[in-house]
Parts: sequence; C-alpha cells; structure tokens
Amino acid sequence: MLSRTADHLYWMSRYTERAENLARLLDVTYQMSLVPKSVAAENQNWGAILALNSLESRFAEAYDTVNADNVLRFMVMDPNNISSIYSCLRAARENAHAVRGTLTSETWESCNMTWLEIRDQKFEQILSSGIGQFFEWVKLRSAVIRGVTFGTMLQDEAQHFIRLGGLIERADNTARILDVKYHVLRTNGDEGATDFYQWGALLRSLSAFEVYRKVYRDVITPARVAELLMLRLDMPRSLHACTRGIVRVLESIKNGQSAETERLAGILHAHIHYARIDDILARGLHEYLTDFMDRIYELGEGISHDFLMPAT
Amino acid sequence: MKTTFFNEMYEAGGAVRPHYQAYAEWLTATPAERIERKRAEADIAFHRVGITFAVYGEESGKERLIPFDIVPRIIPANEWQTLHGGLRQRIKALNAFLHDIYHDQHILDAGHIPREQVLNNAQFRPEMMGIDVAAGIYAHIAGVDLVRAGSDGKDGEFYVLEDNLRVPSGVSYMIEDRKMMMRLFPELFSRHKIAPVQHYPDMLLENLRTVAPLGVSDPTVVLLTPGAYNSAYFEHTFLAQQMGVELVEGRDLFVDDDTVFMRTTRGPQRVDVIYRRLDDDFLDPLAFRKDSMLGVPGLLSAYRAGRVTLANAIGTGVADDKSIYPYVPEMIRFYLGEEPLLNNVPTYMLRKPDDLKYVLEHLPELVVKEVHGAGGYGMLVGPASTREQIENFRLRIIAAPEKYIAQPTLALSNCPTFVESGIAPRHVDLRPFVLSGKNIDMVPGGLTRVALREGSLVVNSSQGGGTKDTWVLED
Repeated sequence: MLSRTADHLYWMSRYTERAENLARLLDVTYQMSLVPKSVAAENQNWGAILALNSLESRFAEAYDTVNADNVLRFMVMDPNNISSIYSCLRAARENAHAVRGTLTSETWESCNMTWLEIRDQKFEQILSSGIGQFFEWVKLRSAVIRGVTFGTMLQDEAQHFIRLGGLIERADNTARILDVKYHVLRTNGDEGATDFYQWGALLRSLSAFEVYRKVYRDVITPARVAELLMLRLDMPRSLHACTRGIVRVLESIKNGQSAETERLAGILHAHIHYARIDDILARGLHEYLTDFMDRIYELGEGISHDFLMPAT
Repeated sequence: MKTTFFNEMYEAGGAVRPHYQAYAEWLTATPAERIERKRAEADIAFHRVGITFAVYGEESGKERLIPFDIVPRIIPANEWQTLHGGLRQRIKALNAFLHDIYHDQHILDAGHIPREQVLNNAQFRPEMMGIDVAAGIYAHIAGVDLVRAGSDGKDGEFYVLEDNLRVPSGVSYMIEDRKMMMRLFPELFSRHKIAPVQHYPDMLLENLRTVAPLGVSDPTVVLLTPGAYNSAYFEHTFLAQQMGVELVEGRDLFVDDDTVFMRTTRGPQRVDVIYRRLDDDFLDPLAFRKDSMLGVPGLLSAYRAGRVTLANAIGTGVADDKSIYPYVPEMIRFYLGEEPLLNNVPTYMLRKPDDLKYVLEHLPELVVKEVHGAGGYGMLVGPASTREQIENFRLRIIAAPEKYIAQPTLALSNCPTFVESGIAPRHVDLRPFVLSGKNIDMVPGGLTRVALREGSLVVNSSQGGGTKDTWVLED
C-alpha cells in the first residue's frame, strides 16, 4: 500500500477517535459541573481541559474568561481551534476524502455525512437542544464509522492502519482523561455523595460505569477506577487493551525498518501488562501517565517514520 | 437571427422520433409524482456518494453537485455506427500526426500545415523529438466533443468541436449516470436494448497494460492525480478504484536510475505505466515548471529512456490545440488516404488579417475562443452576449488576435430536459471517450452534457451545465 494512503487512513482514524474522546472529556466535565460547587472551582475544571491540550494561549487570543460557555464554544465548534470537535471531524473527513478510493463506500459516506451534519450546526443551536445530546451524537457517529469500517472493509493492510491510528489515539486519550480527572477529583477530596457522582461521571464518560459494577461489584474507589481504565485487558478503552492491540497490529504490518518501533511497543505493553495498581499509585499516577503519554508519542513518531513517511 | 433547433426527441412536425418512441410512451404513462420522487432520490444519492466537483474561482475547497437530468439522450444504432467509424478514423490520424511531428515531420515538409504553426506552438514539446513511445501511441485516451447542428428541416449533422487529447475528464459521470438510471428506472432497461458502458474501466486498464514499456510482462499501472483539490478528483479516485490500481500523487513517486518507484508501506515498488491526470507543465519540475509541487523530479528522463509509459504522452496538446484543429481533415487525408467521416466546424484564425477583419465585423453572430482555453472559460458567445460584453471582448481580440479563433455559432441540438417549469428543450453535446492502444476502441455513447440555462450553448459543468445518461440502442 502507498505510504501516503496509509498515512491518510491512520489519521482519518486518529481524528475520528480524537473527536469522540474529546466529546467524552467535555461530557464528563459538564456532568461534574452539574454537581454544586464554587464558581472558581468549576472554572478551574474547565481550565484544566485547555491545559491538557496545551491550548491556554490560543484560547486567550479569542476569549477573555475561562468559563463553561467559552471553553465549550472553543472546544466544540470553533473552526479556528484545530483541536475542536468540529476541526477533528473536518480533518477526519479530509483524510478520508484523500483516500476515498481505498475505503468502502459505506465508510466514506458515514465519514462524509458526519462532517456535513456538524458543518451545518450552530453552537447556539447545540446548546439549546442540549449539549449532552450533542456529545452523544459525536460518540454515536464515531461508533457508526468504526462499525461500518470494520464491518465492511477487507481485513487487509488498510484496515490495519485504521486500527493502529484508533488504538494510538485512544491510548493517549484515555491516559489524558484519567490524568486530568483523577487529579481534580483527588484534590477536591470531599468524600461521600459528591464523590460518587464525580467518579460515576468519569466512568460513564468512558462507557465504563456498568463495566465497573460488573467487574468489582462494589463501591467506587479511585484505585479501582484507575486499575480498570489502565490495567484491565478486557476493558476496551484501557491502556492495556490499547497497547496489546498496537503490538498485534505492528506484527502484521512490520517491514524491513520497523524493528525498533515494534520493540518500543513491546516494552510499553509489557510494562502495563505486568504492572500493579498499588505500585503505580505509590509512585504517583500523574508521573506514570505522563511517562506513558510520552512513550505513545514516541511510538507515533516511529510509526510515521517506518511506514507513513519513509525516506527514500 | 431566429433559428429553430434540431430536437433529439421530436421531429420538426412534433412527432416523436422512432428511437424515442418507447421512452415517450413510458413518460406519458408514468405519474408526475413518481418522477419527482425519483429526481429527489437521485439528488440525495449523488450527494451522499459525494459525486461532486470543485469549481475554480469559488470559495476554495467548495464542492458542487453536477446536476443530473433523468431524460436520457438516445442515439439509434445506425447513427452510432457512423460516429464510431468517424471517431476511430480521426483518432488514428491524430496519433499518426503526433508521431510524425515528433519524428520526420512529413506533413510539414508536404506543406499541409504551416511549419511555424506547429513548431512555435506552446504545446509543442521539443523534448519529445525522436522519442519512440510504446506502440507508437500518444493519445491513449481522447474525449472528443461532438455537437449536432442544423435546424429542424434538415437532418442534424454531427460536428467535432474539440479533440481533447490531454487529460479529458467526465467518463466517471457517464458511468455514474448509467448506474443511477438503472437504479431509478429499471423498467426502462427492460423495454430498450441499451448498449452497456460500465465496462469502461476494464477496457481502460487493458488498454494501459498493452502500452507498457517493452519487456514488462505484468505491468504495474498507477493513476497520477494532482490531488484532492483538483476539480476532477472524484473521477481520479473512481477510476483508480474501478481499475484496482493505486491512486498516486507526485510525492508518492520517485525516480532512481531512470526507473520510477512508488513509496509503499513495504518499501519501493516499480511503476511501469502512469495514467496521468496532470498537465505536461507539472509533470517534472526538473524539465518543465520548476515550481511544480505536483510532479516527479526525473520523470521525463525515465520516460525518454523508455522505462515508463505515460498516458497520454507528453506533448499531445499540440494536436488538440484550437489553432491546429482546422487542419485535422487534412491529416486524415494525408496519413490515411481517406475522406473525413466527421465534419469539422469552419474556423476563422484571427492571426490571418482577412479572418480577423471578417470576425470583427460579425462578432454578434460568432463564437470566439481562446486558442489555449478550455472548460468554457475565456470565450464569447456572440448571440448570447450583451453589446457591452461584445465590445469588451473586441478589445481583447485586437490586443492579441493570434490568441483567438472564431467559429459560426452552431445551432446545438436540443434534448428534452427537466427544469423548474417542467420539461423543456435544452442544448446538448456529446463526449465519447476513445481508447487507443493495440487497437482503437470505445464504449458506445459517451457523456452527454446539457446547458441547463434556457438558451445557453455552454454545456461545461463549471458554467452551469448538467449531464444525462446516454443510450446507444442496439438493433
């Protein structure tokens, strides 16, 4: 397969996944904001989202205050913010457009429809019909694209690169969401009912609430939430599941120069595979997740170098 | 000057022509609501599939749908036979001409075409002199524009308007229109014997494989596109997918030791035949436009070494240039010793003082075109223009007469077409796609374009034209 084609497929998948996870992150922040607390604390939560994506300065160029309305506007529909859901879906569609001949018509059409639908929306409209409903729509569209892709496309190289893009992005995003929310929840620190709702919202945003109940059959504790989202292999959005997927895909696409990238992926996977949540928490979750995100970034660079933009 | 036009469906007296009989009966019997519903269905389907084209000069990246009309353009078998023969003859002669002017230039020596007309033509590529291309074919894919002129009284005769030997487009609409008609109105296809067109990509691939460089038994064919922002990008992806070949951009290819390779996830892979949808100027920044980001450095060198086939060849533009067009009948006589089967439109060449004088005196009656223009840009349709437009154009002509040719305004035939007020006659043309390799062949019919604005004679999609399914009936 052409390297450029693989590149477009990989990024189509990354941007779709990124839009979905951004919707998840904004959704949980929004849900948490419904639980009464001080205005300052709430705005801090919204600010954390900007910090997470290193967007503070760009945000400050266009908006004067950090609050729910502005951050949502910026992260959902602002075409000038390349990290907004709007921009991600546009980028996903542009990548798909560049390789539409490689996609099944169903995959292309679902990607194109998603873009056409969001393109015609206004932020005010989204707010008035309920922002939660909008986040549901984003997640649903992502699920549709994923379902149609894996349900219709030949299981060949093209599919491997689509899968790889999704896994890399998801690993990074799950780590990010957990990092920012775990930190906020731990420092807010009030026990009891509030806490339950907050952790519940985090789990729900990662479609993990029912899963948690099923796995632990017990009250929600921060350590278990971290364990579920990081170490459980059977939890599809966990770091473990993602890294194992990455190792497997790399095995099927490996070429003459990808040995080092495979090695990096293998180490990262082993790291998570044999980790214990108590050790991670004792050493510091934030440090662990930061390191994980760095390694995922490195892995992405390796994949680009070996497969997507090879030197001649 | 009031003209009555030849109508594809109706005779002068209003009777339905025999080859439209079955369709007319169906149309009468089909409720208007059903047709309206089907039209809406077609619209949604085209949008969803994304069969769109980009329009130059509008907001960048903006895409429009090419309007599709559900009344087919029907061509009876015997008429197609004539066209088929005429097209083969014409393309054969044009390929012979290209081979000749890039080798011995017999036709120039014989004095049939003024030497400077060819050698000073911007489309003439000296780099091609003496190069032997595979199978001696230059124009592997030609999109010949035909119009039917003449008024009601006489039988409308077909004229060749342009030969389009560079990178003609539109064949994907021919195929998609057929697919749409079969989906919307399957019953029509059981009532008529309509020659199929959907095998065009197969024919194209086979044709491209036969012109691979010598010694390559299982050639790798690719389609080279300028990229996603090109107006015909949909077609490029469509054809690549239908043929099962890679759709490449310049940056996907590189030349090493006069051999062309593409960059793949498994390492470099050799490329033998490039169906390029990129103009000559952009093909190789080392040889042509240095600022081209779309081409492949070293491609010309690999091509000249005979290590890769380009389809179409470099330098075909000199044969479809509007200043060379008037000489095509002469080429047919010279190379084939035959009389042309298809008509040329009488053409005034404004570099000639007599022609210039005549044209300036008759601007309101004539169509004036830029010699190197295409796509309906930069032309004047005298009868459809205001006095002011004509006077503005007059100044442009006087400033550089050699840049223009003029032709009588052809009374383009009409075909019934759905418009807001119902069914009304609109002007149409026809672009068959002629493939040349070991043989010359084509699928029956081609793309019918229709000028949707009332009275308009410009059918280009960039100027508000639409398309129709084109049926060649089998006996």
